[in-house]
Amino acid sequence: MNAPDYEYLRKLLKERSGLDLSADKQYLIESRLLPLARKAGLAGIPELVQKLQGGSSALITSVVEAMTTNETFFFRDKVPFDHFRDTIMPEILKARAGKRSVRIWCAAGSTGQEPYSLAMTLKEMGAALTGWRVEIIATDLSQEVLEKAKSGVYSQFEVQRGLPIQHLVKYFKPNGETWQINPELRAMVQHRQLNLLQDFSHLGTFDVIFCRNVLIYFDQETKINIFNRLARQIEPDGFLVLGAAETVVGLTDTFRPLADRRGLYRPNDSRAAAKPAADSAAPRMAIAGR
Amino acid sequence: MKTCLVVDDSSIVRKVARRIVESLGFHVIEAEDGVEALVHCKKAMPEAILLDWNMPVMDGFQFLGTLRRMPGGDEPKVVFCTTETGIDHITKAMGGGANEYIMKPFDKDIVMAKFQEVGLVEREETAA
Repeated sequence: MNAPDYEYLRKLLKERSGLDLSADKQYLIESRLLPLARKAGLAGIPELVQKLQGGSSALITSVVEAMTTNETFFFRDKVPFDHFRDTIMPEILKARAGKRSVRIWCAAGSTGQEPYSLAMTLKEMGAALTGWRVEIIATDLSQEVLEKAKSGVYSQFEVQRGLPIQHLVKYFKPNGETWQINPELRAMVQHRQLNLLQDFSHLGTFDVIFCRNVLIYFDQETKINIFNRLARQIEPDGFLVLGAAETVVGLTDTFRPLADRRGLYRPNDSRAAAKPAADSAAPRMAIAGR
Repeated sequence: MKTCLVVDDSSIVRKVARRIVESLGFHVIEAEDGVEALVHCKKAMPEAILLDWNMPVMDGFQFLGTLRRMPGGDEPKVVFCTTETGIDHITKAMGGGANEYIMKPFDKDIVMAKFQEVGLVEREETAA
């Protein structure tokens, strides 16, 4: 790929999605965009760039989606889900015993494996959550990915990566070569299209935010900005869960890491002072039209 | 080094499985049916067994039942690896004492995920 084409794509992706590719990611662009170019009837990357420069907005959207979609699996890394079950939920069960409601946001919900893994974990908790209102909001930049998440249909390969076989039997139905997660679990998750670079205050506030393996693609300034805005959407006693390679340390003091719980963060008390007073008075379920 | 017994009547599947399981750090022995597998287990119990279902002489399910009644036969982690993908087969296998279940075709990611699931392989956290 020639240097001007690479620079053009890099700049385009930065502007549209915040994705911050270093100078050596040509292979990534080629592996993701070449199939897309071919599908669009173009010979290769130079032709794709030419078409993009001509201003094809549909094509721009496809390019951004192709570059920001990540492979994911059920119970990815497992540890965060153990923390969710053993640390986060026991605290929430106590702290919210009065209003019996929990709101969870998967900020990079992708094809649904993460939100559905959380839904299964909650189901496994059984009677402890009887009578509770559970909301899992899964957002992703890509509409295509959201459609797949909504359908809850996965290939035989996908259901065998990270999903214990007992969970497959219990929560999925075979459908030819594929497996579909059951309607009860699908109903626990709401899917919405969202770009983290844009305002997300309309989602309301959450007890738990999973934001894993997405901020790694952003530059430092963007990360800080997102952390600060996430801090406004989380309850003072809520939890933020980041990916294994991510941290808030050195970027923001709105969150602090939890000792011995890798990837787990809680909002700092000082956050309340920095936060506009109006936020805390906002109705919890306020969802503005977009 | 942990040992994994690969039981399958297809030499091609055994070869593919051997390569994957060895890459996960196991010493591999092979058997082409349940009877041969039992001979190995009587000599020394492996830590892991990757087990096909449909085989001549003695199938995987019969082998599993016999193994679990043997002295020390509750120790190996047994992972079925079969073309049987029906819920009824999976349920029967798990009820019969299997620890995990792989539906063929399989690849290294799947074997690794299942071995992690039953504690045979440690998990690595993935970044991107």
